[in-house]
Amino acid sequence: MEGIAVRLVDLRKSFGETTAVAGVDLEIRDGEFFSMLGPSGSGKTTVLRLVAGFESPDRGRIELAGRDVTRLAPFERDVHTVFQDYALFPHMTVEQNVAYGLKVRKVPKAERLVRARKALAEVRLEGHGQRRPAQLSGGQRQRVALARALVGRPRVLLLDEPLGALDLKLREQMQVELKAIQREVGITFVLVTHDQEEALTMSDRIAVFDQGRTAQVGTPAEIYERPATAFVASFVGTSNLLGGETAHRITGAPGTYNIRPEKIHVLKETAGADEPDHATATGTVAEVVYLGDATRFLVDLDGGGRLTALQQNLQTSSEDVAAYRGTRVRLRWHRRHAVRLPS
Amino acid sequence: MTTTDVTTAAGRGTVRRLAGTLHRRPRLRLTLLLTAPLLWLAVLYLGSLAVLFVSAFWTTDSFTSEVVKVWSTDNFHELVTTPVFRQVVLRSVGVALAVTALCTLIAFPVAFWTARVARPKLRPLLVVAILTPLWASYLVKVYAWRLILSQGGLADWMLAPFGLSGPGFGLPATVLTLTYLWLPYMILPVHTALEQLPANLLDASADLGARAGRTFRSVVLPMVLPSVAAGSVFTFSLSLGDYITVQIVGGKTQLIGNLVYSNIELNLPMAAALGTVPVAVIVLYLLAIRRTGALNSL
Ligand SMILES: Nc1ncnc2c1ncn2[C@@H]1O[C@H](COP(=O)(O)OP(=O)(O)OP(=O)(O)O)[C@@H](O)[C@H]1O
Ligand SMILES: [Mg+2]
Repeated sequence: MEGIAVRLVDLRKSFGETTAVAGVDLEIRDGEFFSMLGPSGSGKTTVLRLVAGFESPDRGRIELAGRDVTRLAPFERDVHTVFQDYALFPHMTVEQNVAYGLKVRKVPKAERLVRARKALAEVRLEGHGQRRPAQLSGGQRQRVALARALVGRPRVLLLDEPLGALDLKLREQMQVELKAIQREVGITFVLVTHDQEEALTMSDRIAVFDQGRTAQVGTPAEIYERPATAFVASFVGTSNLLGGETAHRITGAPGTYNIRPEKIHVLKETAGADEPDHATATGTVAEVVYLGDATRFLVDLDGGGRLTALQQNLQTSSEDVAAYRGTRVRLRWHRRHAVRLPS
Repeated sequence: MTTTDVTTAAGRGTVRRLAGTLHRRPRLRLTLLLTAPLLWLAVLYLGSLAVLFVSAFWTTDSFTSEVVKVWSTDNFHELVTTPVFRQVVLRSVGVALAVTALCTLIAFPVAFWTARVARPKLRPLLVVAILTPLWASYLVKVYAWRLILSQGGLADWMLAPFGLSGPGFGLPATVLTLTYLWLPYMILPVHTALEQLPANLLDASADLGARAGRTFRSVVLPMVLPSVAAGSVFTFSLSLGDYITVQIVGGKTQLIGNLVYSNIELNLPMAAALGTVPVAVIVLYLLAIRRTGALNSL
């Protein structure tokens, strides 16, 4: 049976007038790669700092592996943090940084060194142990911070936008490495990010934050395919909202629907009869955007409203694409891809 | 259109040309800029130090007290072999070290409070409060301490309920007063260092299992130490050079400064030799401090 590594119960925290966390309930399972995704200021960092113990909540409870730690100091909690700006000790060497947690826990010196070296090897930084943090590149510092937090084998590892400061290439590379390391060591990872792609590619489950609350918790596929609210639909991926009269006519029932752009086929207006279980709508192409591997069509529907459709460029080239502007098209999608959102 | 317009325009043209020339010739600019201060430094400061050092090797006619410009190391020989001189030198260095140690001990909690505990809005005010004693006259402050420490003064009165009395005038009073005088010079750099200490380093330390004491020893102290060293340069050298405070609250205590002062009329070369001692001690102190890296940030 899977245990619960972190449980948050009705967690609240305000700073003066601002409510940073407005009642969060969350269960993070043992060994899970869990992401907290949300726009800037939605309270992700505050939740993480509450779990680490740097802040104490106004209300609510924090449990780590079933134990209530709400009132415990950071050094009494079995979690380690990878800080957004790494927070490496500048006056210590890389090795001393990594060994610090072990030293504090009174691990004998010889064992400390062996484990620190091993941790550095895990993040592929062998031979850098004697350098100072200032002598490392951003990506290397990030890995030192990771090694420092991992070496003590905490029950839970908290990561606050650990890749935020890296350039795109390095970030993608580190995403793969981070995921691999997590699988290897089997520790619960809680990652804070505002990059939806990062959350989707790395996580077992995601909590989407909106104004200090969780808007939805689920697997990447659930979050993406079945967004629970309009906010989730628009924050994760490109949203494509279909509402009002048009929606009623097309789908046969009133409400607001979200359809992911890549689920929509762009066909000639004269395309054949509707297939069963599919919905169609006709309209005029207002804009065509060539993206290299794909093309984005913005289509003004005859019944009002606008939908975005994304087509892989299997045959088309840029010249063909431009010719679509202003033409009449028929859009078609499977009914199950039109996700009804609560109004 | 008047003539003044024309002349100002011409004047502006000259200034602009000059500015242009200076901009194109950085060497010239630097020379013009630095000549006066460098001359000042070389002639007045290093020059007087050199004169001091050279005259320490002269002697005096014991009858007329005239300076005899004959090269000799007698003064230094006397300095090293006379027990009183040795004692005074050791005492002076001891006082300077004691003042520095006391300042450090007091500065840490005070600076920690002003830099990290007090409400952020209050902090600049607290810094100003710490600096205000520096605006008051040195003599006023020392005489204030004389009043505090005098018999039946504030110190006696406050300690009386505990069956104790104040230290009276003497060495402890000197150390106390000097500590008071130079404390701001220690608090300020420590305050700045503590204020600039990134909060997340403290979080990181606690996160890795360190309690407050451990974090202080392993993170705060090593990062603030260069600033303590910088502050100690002030407290140490200011204490070593002082001779007025000790006259006012020191009772019969003699420090190097007093010996220099009392020798200046009778035996200038001896006074000079004595005067080189604090210079030498401070140079040694700076060399020791340099190893901590503190001077890089000064
Ligand atoms: N120490 C603090 N003092 C006052 N307000 C704070 C403090 N920390 C956070 N806040 C406020 O709480 C809200 C949530 O902040 P938080 O840092 O948790 O957001 P976040 O989701 O991590 O955002 P980002 O993606 O920008 O890091 C914000 O409005 C922020 O201004
Ligand atoms: Mg944040």
